[in-house]
Amino acid sequence: MKKNNSRRSFLKNLSVATFSTLALAGCDMRAIDEFLTKNFRVLSKKEKEDLIHKLKISYRKKYGKEFQISDKPATGGELFGYALDLSRCIGCRRCVYACVEENNQSRDPQVQWIQVLQMEKVRGIDFAHANVYYNPEKVPEEGHFYIPIACQQCENPPCVKVCPVKATWKAPDGIVVIDYNWCIGCRYCMAACPYGARHFNWAEPGIPEEKLNTDTHYLGNRPRIKGVVEKCTFCIQRVRENLYPVCVEICPVGARKFGNLLDEESEVRYIIENKRVLVLKEELNTQPKFFYFFGV
Amino acid sequence: MNFLRFVTGSIRIILHGKKNYYYWLGFLLLLLLWGASGYAKQLNEGLIATHMRDSVSWAFYIGNFTFLVGVAAAAVMLVVPAYVYNWKPIKEVVIFGELLAVSAVIMCIGFIMVDIGNPQRFWHMLPILGTLNFPRSMLSWDFFVLFIYLLVNFIVVSHLLYSIFIKKEYNKSLVQALVLFSIPMAVSIHTVTAFLYNALPARPYWNSALLAPRFLASAFCSGPAILLILFQILRKYTKFEIQDKVLWKIAEYMVYAMSIYLFFSIAEFFKEFYSDTEHIIFWKYLLFGIGNNREIVFYSWSSIIMGTAAFFLYLIPTTRKNLFTMNIGAILIYASVYIEKGIALVIPGFTPDVLGQFYIYTPSMVEIKTAVMIFALGSLLFTFLVKIAIAILFEGYDITALVRKKASKEAQPAVA
Amino acid sequence: MNATSYSLIKVIMMAGFVVFFTRCTGDNASTEQTNPEWIQNEFMPDSNNIKHQDIAVKPPPFSEGIFPCSECHAEMVPNPHRRKLEYMHVKIDSMFDHDSKNRWCLDCHDLNNRDSLRLASGKLIGFNESQKLCGQCHGDKYRDWKVGVHGKRTGYWKGPKEYLLCVHCHNPHSPKFKPLAPMPPPVRQEDIH
Repeated sequence: MKKNNSRRSFLKNLSVATFSTLALAGCDMRAIDEFLTKNFRVLSKKEKEDLIHKLKISYRKKYGKEFQISDKPATGGELFGYALDLSRCIGCRRCVYACVEENNQSRDPQVQWIQVLQMEKVRGIDFAHANVYYNPEKVPEEGHFYIPIACQQCENPPCVKVCPVKATWKAPDGIVVIDYNWCIGCRYCMAACPYGARHFNWAEPGIPEEKLNTDTHYLGNRPRIKGVVEKCTFCIQRVRENLYPVCVEICPVGARKFGNLLDEESEVRYIIENKRVLVLKEELNTQPKFFYFFGV
Repeated sequence: MNFLRFVTGSIRIILHGKKNYYYWLGFLLLLLLWGASGYAKQLNEGLIATHMRDSVSWAFYIGNFTFLVGVAAAAVMLVVPAYVYNWKPIKEVVIFGELLAVSAVIMCIGFIMVDIGNPQRFWHMLPILGTLNFPRSMLSWDFFVLFIYLLVNFIVVSHLLYSIFIKKEYNKSLVQALVLFSIPMAVSIHTVTAFLYNALPARPYWNSALLAPRFLASAFCSGPAILLILFQILRKYTKFEIQDKVLWKIAEYMVYAMSIYLFFSIAEFFKEFYSDTEHIIFWKYLLFGIGNNREIVFYSWSSIIMGTAAFFLYLIPTTRKNLFTMNIGAILIYASVYIEKGIALVIPGFTPDVLGQFYIYTPSMVEIKTAVMIFALGSLLFTFLVKIAIAILFEGYDITALVRKKASKEAQPAVA
Repeated sequence: MNATSYSLIKVIMMAGFVVFFTRCTGDNASTEQTNPEWIQNEFMPDSNNIKHQDIAVKPPPFSEGIFPCSECHAEMVPNPHRRKLEYMHVKIDSMFDHDSKNRWCLDCHDLNNRDSLRLASGKLIGFNESQKLCGQCHGDKYRDWKVGVHGKRTGYWKGPKEYLLCVHCHNPHSPKFKPLAPMPPPVRQEDIH
């Protein structure tokens, strides 16, 4: 009996040793390290620095480029808001492509955080008759208006509520962010989002090397991997450095306004207080911080 | 030591059988390999190998998951009538029901694993190690209840079988308590799975309080249907004894479930169509198609027609009490609920999408293959479990038989 | 920065105002026409609330060889009567679409001092303050523009901003915004493989 036992335990030890050697040989240490990365929110300052350092190395290896990866937190004095003038937007989609470039969205397969819906003036805001594929020679088209839609940065975000692993959360400045190293890719958030704002990397993102934006934020535009969800972050890498989001910069008609809702002097506050403002799907109580308004 | 014998003995059992058994295993293995080739492609390329896209971000996998949760739940619910009507082979019914539940839950986990983009990060959901969003996320609840359900059923069934194997009286109070506990658990796994969809106001198609009750009702149609067929097979090939009367009782009990299911569905149809709000568009897509997009109309109507046909077959006593028509009814209702959960529940929830855009989804070959792989795996597991259970329950496979066999050392197989 | 100059190119070309384009931003050292003072006076009357200095974008350049107007007009006898324009201004005349039934050149340009614009009050202003002239009629737009709601600001949401003037986007002789060619529509999800 005893003999039998020791033989068994020997066999057991042997198999464990073989297995772990194989496992170690099969994947390099970095892969193991990445596998064991913890949720960004539970990391200490030191751990974050380490993580970002490692991430830079792996990006260098993968893309042959030096990346700047910020982890700048919210200051506490801001709650970001956005306003878009429906009476101005002409549906030219400049914002869509500026966003793609700034935020390292996959070109192939195509990922676009901003979707511009063309609607009929006679119907008003009616998603059932909206069209994202319009492609006339010139915009705006007679009798139509346009609603660009990206993440509405809800105060009561359904996507955050449903995430089974807390991989997405609302930062103190109101931006809903995703930890791409923690997201398991279950896509529950996509089912929960009423605005179609969340996009999934169905395949490995394809971005031409020369098009990579190396100025990034950990929770924003750093390159993603396949199998994770991504979305608009109000250009967190820019707005946390006090810059306007890139869609504000590109808009040829000045329809896009951005600012601090806590600042009474900000454009967005002026708009909310003085213009006719609406939020999409108000009845769902998501409380978007993305306001649509009529400048005229 | 006894346990080791149990394990090695069980392995020997599942490796030995009659010709037909090997054919069945070979068939399942072929399906498994064929399906695995699809899954390998998906692992390699990503979920782009499926036809899911941003607009329809959940589809066939999650539909199968939902269906199997229903099977798992309903299998155990059979325990209730077994007790209520005091069927003779109550222990056997419980065991087979729970084996089905165990296999179904494992298939559920399989469908979740193939559906997520980063399966290697599954540990993020584990308590302590990961950051499970409990209790806020319904998916964390689902994970939680499914895990407990699997555990409870596994404990009950393995304890029962092992006790019989070592010829000891099983712990009656423990088993009874766990079996009783597993009944509300069965209700809760399916309820929580329905809640997964239910409380998403972004998707009006699912945002109905009737969703969970409808889930349960439909599960009580499809789950017993599998067992009806299974019991007849067992009766034919083993010493398992179950009277026609009991089968008819199960069928009768299914009529109640079907009529409730039908009633809930009609209530839902009525509310949507009479209200005629903008939310009707999902039902229109399901039942009639919108414009040229009629891809799922075939599925929805075949589900409705098969379900209704099964309902009438079971409602009319003469067809219910005829084994042939009863079996046809069982197959029809099973197929009906499978299509309903696999296609008709999930797809219209996403079509049109939240911004009114149509992406026409039908499962890709990779999705079908992967689903086949999981079903083959599940069937293989279920076959093995049932084979062991049959050996223990009806073929006198137990510790003494093993010992005797070892002692005789003859090539003669032990038959008690 | 690139995005800014890119969009500037767009708007200025749209205005049909430009023959050539120079990179024009507030940080340009030789900004003759940029006058930070008037921006402060104009935009933020109560300068107590000013947190950051905002920078005006230089007005778009004139067509080549057209300014100063007095170079030609000095030798002409001013004619206050509405008529069809010839020689240098044929193009303006043909494109003119700014309440053209009721208005013409001398509603904005001064009869005697051609290098100045003229407000309704009779006050003369330089071309670099043209927004005041626009604001006489378009008071609501002017008000919105001053708080950054009409028109475009770029740069820092908290920090120095760059403003575009009315004439960056609107040709004063034909102010209606001209249609643009849209960028390509998204790939249909059916075609993403």
